[in-house]
Amino acid sequence: MRDEFIERLTRMAEADPRIVLITGDLGFGVLDDFRERFPKQFINAGVAEQSMTGLATGLALEGHVVFTYSIANFVFMRCLEQIRNDAAYHDCNVNVVSIGGGFSYGALGISHHATEDLAIMRSLPGLTVVAPGDKWEAAEATEALATQPGTSFLRLDKSAAENTQQPGEQFELGKIRQLREGDDCTLVATGGILGEALAAAEELKSKGCHCRVLSVHTLKPLDVEVLVRAARETGGLLTIEEHTVEGGLGSAVAENLMEAGVMPRHFQRIGLRNTFSSVVGSQQYLRSQYGMDRAAIVAAVEAMPSTKVAIAA
Amino acid sequence: MNTQELARKIRIDAVHMTSRGGSSHVGAILSMADIVAVLYGSVMNIDPADPRKADRDRFLLSKGHAGAGVYAALAEVGFFPVENLRTHYQDGSKLSGHVSHKGIPGVEFSTGSLGHGLPVGTGMAYSAKLRGAGHRVFVLLGDGECDEGSNWESILFAAHHQLDNLVAIVDFNKIQSLASVSETLALEPFADKWRSFGWHVEEVDGHDHAKLRERLETSAPGKPTCVLAHTTKGKGVSFMEDSVLWHYRSPQGEELAAALQELKEVA
Repeated sequence: MRDEFIERLTRMAEADPRIVLITGDLGFGVLDDFRERFPKQFINAGVAEQSMTGLATGLALEGHVVFTYSIANFVFMRCLEQIRNDAAYHDCNVNVVSIGGGFSYGALGISHHATEDLAIMRSLPGLTVVAPGDKWEAAEATEALATQPGTSFLRLDKSAAENTQQPGEQFELGKIRQLREGDDCTLVATGGILGEALAAAEELKSKGCHCRVLSVHTLKPLDVEVLVRAARETGGLLTIEEHTVEGGLGSAVAENLMEAGVMPRHFQRIGLRNTFSSVVGSQQYLRSQYGMDRAAIVAAVEAMPSTKVAIAA
Repeated sequence: MNTQELARKIRIDAVHMTSRGGSSHVGAILSMADIVAVLYGSVMNIDPADPRKADRDRFLLSKGHAGAGVYAALAEVGFFPVENLRTHYQDGSKLSGHVSHKGIPGVEFSTGSLGHGLPVGTGMAYSAKLRGAGHRVFVLLGDGECDEGSNWESILFAAHHQLDNLVAIVDFNKIQSLASVSETLALEPFADKWRSFGWHVEEVDGHDHAKLRERLETSAPGKPTCVLAHTTKGKGVSFMEDSVLWHYRSPQGEELAAALQELKEVA
């Protein structure tokens, strides 16, 4: 997703001199082309995320469209107050780009596990929070976020689902994409873990269970209508996120369905439960360790009371 | 209005505002009143009739707790009616205890948490350089605020990028929240710290308008400027001067009357 992001941003920078990319001294080998082609639109702020985010705000207040770039938690956590007080409160077009959502940097340890980012960013007023599921969504979201006013958070995963774009499909922020039809249950996924959900749906289909699959690339604002429909029309909802279950996708779906007065027949959140991972391993390995890979999703669907019938039939 | 008169009005407004609201930080406002008066009354290119004009000088109050002083300055130079100051800190007001830009013409940036103004001012100065714009960016910091690491990140950045259109002014009154600066986290040798980071440093009596004007109009090619303004916390009201107490205490009753008496007697 990172490559698609920078490729699209490069095209945007060429057409729009307001675009500025600020890195917190990360992106080795990835940002070279951008820096060489647009030296006036590229800043290395150094290893200084608070200054980077304040700088971004100052530039945005003067009319620039700014992207801040660093890996995992570095781009938003230490400088959270700058995102809140400076960028968001001043309605600045500052787009905070986290490279390596969830366990993307699995083997590097918990400092590099971005597993609370969506919950934290979602709580900030006015922010648009996006976690693309595939590379097409990543590229399209990059451009869409720059085009709209206000502050955003873009979580880019190392993993990505196979390209899911339908012929002629246009990307729209805040609109859930339905990638598979099905009424037995709904798999609701955000981020690159969408790939696991699609693989699980394929496996379940061979067992006679037809899952609807939704890509929630925009966590905020949330497309509640599609979720309400899924809750009404299918046997249950399973939310899937490479993130703590507290405050992220699962929470957002549950809160909004409750408020809409809709109770799914079954509801389950797949994600981390009150855990820091101290297990060493790749993204795939950690997904399996923490019960959020394809096999875990299949098992969870098979255990759902409403789908047992579908699978037995 | 000359800057002495503007400073006197800012002080009187601030004493009234902090009294009416029962709010803190009058000492911090009195400390910086002369700096703010010289900027708004003389140094900065600003236009109350066109608060967002493109070539205006930018001013960011990083020590946002002294926001009442900026509201007072803006009102006194004509950005909004002076009567509006009466709403400060009151229910439903736009004039919050820490400076906020929402709905207030002339406020460039909202602060309140320390260490935010300089990074943002650095971004504004960087943008002006990119666009070849000639205006300057002034950021006013407290001395205690210089404990915040974010400032030092920006001090590195501004020097590295030779932002000679950026001026950081430190209201150096030597008192912070609970005790003196030297007892809390010593800053000295303070001027040398800025110099060693690559800044041009001017030290000045922060209550001497002629000298402040001269120093604030100075710039050094290729270097951002730090004006270390030596000030007295609570300046202008004898019993508030050099006192930690008046970082927090709100003037009421006889104290209010005595403070106003002293400020009104200034020629």
